[in-house]
Amino acid sequence: MIIDREYEEKNGLGPFTEKQGKTMTGAQAIIACLEAEGVDTVFGYPGGQAIKIYDALYDSKKIRHVLARHEQGATHEADGYARATGKTGVVIVTSGPGATNTVTGIATAYMDSVPLVVITGQVPRSVIGTDAFQESDIVGITMPIVKHSYLLQSCEDMTKTFREAFYIANSGRPGPVLIDVPSDLAGADMVFEYPSDVNLPSYKPTVKGNARQIRQAAGMLRNAKRPILYIGGGIISSHAERELREVAEMLQIPVVATLMGKGAFPASHPLNLGLVGMHGSRFANYAVTNSDLLFVVGARFSDRVTGRLADFAPHAKVVHVDIDPAEIGKNRNPQIPIVGDARVVLAGLEEQLKQEPCEPQTKEWLDQIEEWRKEYPFYSPGLAATSGSISPEGALDLLSSMLDQENSIVTTEVGQHQMWAAQHIQTEEPRSFLSSGGLGTMGFGLPAAIGAKVACPEKQVVCIAGDGSVQMNIQELATAAIEGINVKVLIVNNSALGMVHQWQNLFYNQRYSETLLPDIPDFVKLAEAYNWQAERVSDPAELEAAMKRLLDADRPALLDMRIDRDENVYPMVAPGAPLDDMIGAVNVGPISEMIDEHEVGGR
Amino acid sequence: MRHILSVLVENKPGVLSRVTGLISRRGFNIESLSVGPTEDPTLSRLTIVMIADDVAYEQITKQLHKLISVHKITDLTQEAAVERELVLFKVHALPEKRNEIIEIANVFRAKIVDVGKTSLTIEVTGTESKLSGIEDLLRAYGIKEIIRTGIIAMSRGSKVS
Repeated sequence: MIIDREYEEKNGLGPFTEKQGKTMTGAQAIIACLEAEGVDTVFGYPGGQAIKIYDALYDSKKIRHVLARHEQGATHEADGYARATGKTGVVIVTSGPGATNTVTGIATAYMDSVPLVVITGQVPRSVIGTDAFQESDIVGITMPIVKHSYLLQSCEDMTKTFREAFYIANSGRPGPVLIDVPSDLAGADMVFEYPSDVNLPSYKPTVKGNARQIRQAAGMLRNAKRPILYIGGGIISSHAERELREVAEMLQIPVVATLMGKGAFPASHPLNLGLVGMHGSRFANYAVTNSDLLFVVGARFSDRVTGRLADFAPHAKVVHVDIDPAEIGKNRNPQIPIVGDARVVLAGLEEQLKQEPCEPQTKEWLDQIEEWRKEYPFYSPGLAATSGSISPEGALDLLSSMLDQENSIVTTEVGQHQMWAAQHIQTEEPRSFLSSGGLGTMGFGLPAAIGAKVACPEKQVVCIAGDGSVQMNIQELATAAIEGINVKVLIVNNSALGMVHQWQNLFYNQRYSETLLPDIPDFVKLAEAYNWQAERVSDPAELEAAMKRLLDADRPALLDMRIDRDENVYPMVAPGAPLDDMIGAVNVGPISEMIDEHEVGGR
Repeated sequence: MRHILSVLVENKPGVLSRVTGLISRRGFNIESLSVGPTEDPTLSRLTIVMIADDVAYEQITKQLHKLISVHKITDLTQEAAVERELVLFKVHALPEKRNEIIEIANVFRAKIVDVGKTSLTIEVTGTESKLSGIEDLLRAYGIKEIIRTGIIAMSRGSKVS
């Protein structure tokens, strides 16, 4: 993000806002700062130390406030808004518990590089440090999970702080920025002067990649026999979809994506191999393992992608493009490191390749991958599983086919349903598959769907949820109902904490410690209590009609879809196993021998 | 390997905890740390001594660079640098041993800064090897207390870090 003075002048933003030069209270200045940044929606929850800010917000004609039912919900809603648009999500909460309730939301955004500005009320400066009522050191608490944070010390710093916060949040590698506002500052009088620029000598993200390294990378890509493009969320944050497609097509390189990269490359494209990693397709994982050149853009060799790191793409040379220098060489040393913005670097590469066009060398490689693709497709038995219940894979194939992919956004909670969604929803567009990748936050999906729908009211927004995780922010059903936010929730309900249940099934001798969820609550009654449309489906024959009623509802609607408890997500790379050693419905590899050895963790 | 990092940061509340918090949560231990203002009142300088292998060291400096409050990092391990630390020793010293101890102090160009009935407080400045040299000799008399400032370092010549 570069501050665009012309755009700001034309639209009355930045220093060109009508409030420039006016005298007002600190609280009014906060709202004026948000308006100067072009913020149209904030998500939040009032409280004692935020009253003054909310009082000023009451007068704003430009900003819509969405009242969440829990501050974590508000933070994920702002996150969903940001992921769906690329704009910075804004949260306003009060001090103490209001602020601490945002922590999981902030950590979620931090792990997935989502731009947020979180404004927390704080006790007055005179009592900071005295354990005052609803005081918490939120700047201290959030230090490891923010890109940057501020404790406002004076009204003079107010406008500069907000300008910097928005700039930092949505430039370089995006991330959450927190501003803690002591309430006495919100009440003090000040003159509103929004700065035209930011002056941050210590913060200058490298956008343009090194030309020599880009040239070398072009040479390597031209000569590779078995190249793979391994892409992540960086493609989406930098809007590099067009450049990515151009480069992939010119050189005929197949593309695998992380969970965060899903949608950056169209699912229907012949070069798309889809999800890579722990629950990636067998053909994508084989392709990576057998590649001779891994071209990594905006991805970070996460453990959920690599499996056993030492065996990840063991024959491949690596070209790694990332805007964050700390990601390069963190888990895998590249032959060619390129620090820069994914779009700018790929555009540079595209230019290089166009200067000296060459015939793609990858025909044999693509043929080999097509063979794997035919031999090891994702398991999809149709709507009915062998147990006679609804098959989750089939159900999500159906949902995917019923969605107009160009006008839909799918969000997920975290667990089995998330992985089935990642495998079976055919995402064609960027910013249309929103999922908590890094932190794996159960409770993300419903509020993120609400935020996405507020940002894109014309799109069909569906949250694919589990019966466990949807309960973690279930109170947000009220937000959607009351604010008229027409989102849909499909609960893939297996009466269990499915992913942990799956691990217990595979690696812990079917000892289902604390993962069986009896049928409480009744999700249909619960949703109806929140004035949602709701129904339950357990017969495969009735699924399509029920799904249609869900998608066609003119108000928020929920479908409680019952599946068998013993459904597992396949294929699966066991934790600590190499990527090409997958458990699955077909061709069980040497996995069973190593079941005692792996490390364990995670939902 | 031992690394001396000279880190120029914003002189603002919370910056020290951002830096040290980052180092500790990435799993590294700080051997010594000293902080003070610089010729520019808006900036402070941290001198951090830490033990880390090359991969870990590279990661930690890259992560430190990402902090908005960090302006500049110089690795003074890699180049010729003047390295100093100040230590105060409180040594057990009965009157009959005082002269012996004062002689040792003189050899190391240390100063006697306080005399008690049964003790001497000695101030000495220097490199790590010099400080451990005098420490070894004083130990024979009984050291009651040691306080070290942590290392500060500056590159040699006209270069500024």
